[in-house]
Amino acid sequence: MKVTFTINGKPSSVEVSDGNSPLLWAIRDGLDLKGTKFGCGKAACGACTIHIDGHAIRSCSYPVKMAEGKTITTIEGLAETNHPVIQAWKEEIVPQCGYCQPGFMMATAAMLEQNPNPTDDDIDQNIINVCRCGTYYRIRKAIHKASEIQLKSSINESQ
Amino acid sequence: MKYSKSTILTMLCIVGILSIGVASMSGFSTSDTSETTASDDSSDDPFSKVMQVLTHKRCVNCHPAGDAPRQGEDSHIHYFDVARGEDGHGLEGYTCNTCHQDENNHYSGVPGAPHWGLAPRSMAWEGKTPVEIARQMMDPKRNGGRSHKDILEHLTEDALVLWAWNPGVDAEGNAREIPPVPKEEYIVAVKEWIEGGAIIPAQ
Ligand code: FES
Ligand code: FES
Repeated sequence: MKVTFTINGKPSSVEVSDGNSPLLWAIRDGLDLKGTKFGCGKAACGACTIHIDGHAIRSCSYPVKMAEGKTITTIEGLAETNHPVIQAWKEEIVPQCGYCQPGFMMATAAMLEQNPNPTDDDIDQNIINVCRCGTYYRIRKAIHKASEIQLKSSINESQ
Repeated sequence: MKYSKSTILTMLCIVGILSIGVASMSGFSTSDTSETTASDDSSDDPFSKVMQVLTHKRCVNCHPAGDAPRQGEDSHIHYFDVARGEDGHGLEGYTCNTCHQDENNHYSGVPGAPHWGLAPRSMAWEGKTPVEIARQMMDPKRNGGRSHKDILEHLTEDALVLWAWNPGVDAEGNAREIPPVPKEEYIVAVKEWIEGGAIIPAQ
């Protein structure tokens, strides 16, 4: 079956034999966008987090057939726009091995859409991805930094 | 992001899951759940039949007493500090739909059904007796102002409720347990009980 959607602002489609196969496969192997990672395959770690219609979704547990007509953003899309989360992650030099980071960044961007100025508590409750290298401390700093950058740029835009 | 003992334990588990997950992906099952088993309970009146279903983990896991869903056959607190949120559909950064879609996912073992979420706090069933559940369910002050007809529809037609008989498989391919009364028998029992006046036994 053919599944058509918009990904990182561009119209796109994939041809799949099994509509139930994970969207993650289509993104990585079909579209060759390797930024989104496979960690657990059972919606437990968050490494595969992307946005679908603006919401954080774990693409390992999302059947590709459901993506029909949807708007998808991956870490590549965040990078193309130099999203505040990308800037903050660079400034705080967050990654160690880096494997989990795209998922954390996508989860953070989704949270900041809903809650532009999260407290430490908000971060604890909302960012539930897993980092085997234990970079949580720097991730927290980068989330606060991203929030600052985003708030500043929205103030500048409104002036 | 918390460093409590339980979270550290959870993380250790996840590290395990990460490695098991890769291996289990190739061996997942695509079959649906096991077939319905007939009730072996001697109480055959409609109220008892309905309550055998409503007190089953497939219902109670999402009618919890607190703000965390329960999950699994042992009804443990949902991993990863998953929380109810304002509307019963999760928090700002992740909602139930971050992982749960409109149908079961046999690749990841994540269950799914339309409007996946928690029942409101006023409809917590965990730890309650069948009589307490029935009183609460039929009390418009606690059931969101629902009439008998609304309750009948929720219990017999709502896709999320009926998911209990099609709960799919977990990440290891094991079928989730279904309620002890077959679906059609349960639907008849709900109708008989509610159309008969929804009489709640004294105790
Ligand atoms: S790979 Fe999807 S949540 Fe771990
Ligand atoms: S940086 Fe290595 S797993 Fe998070």
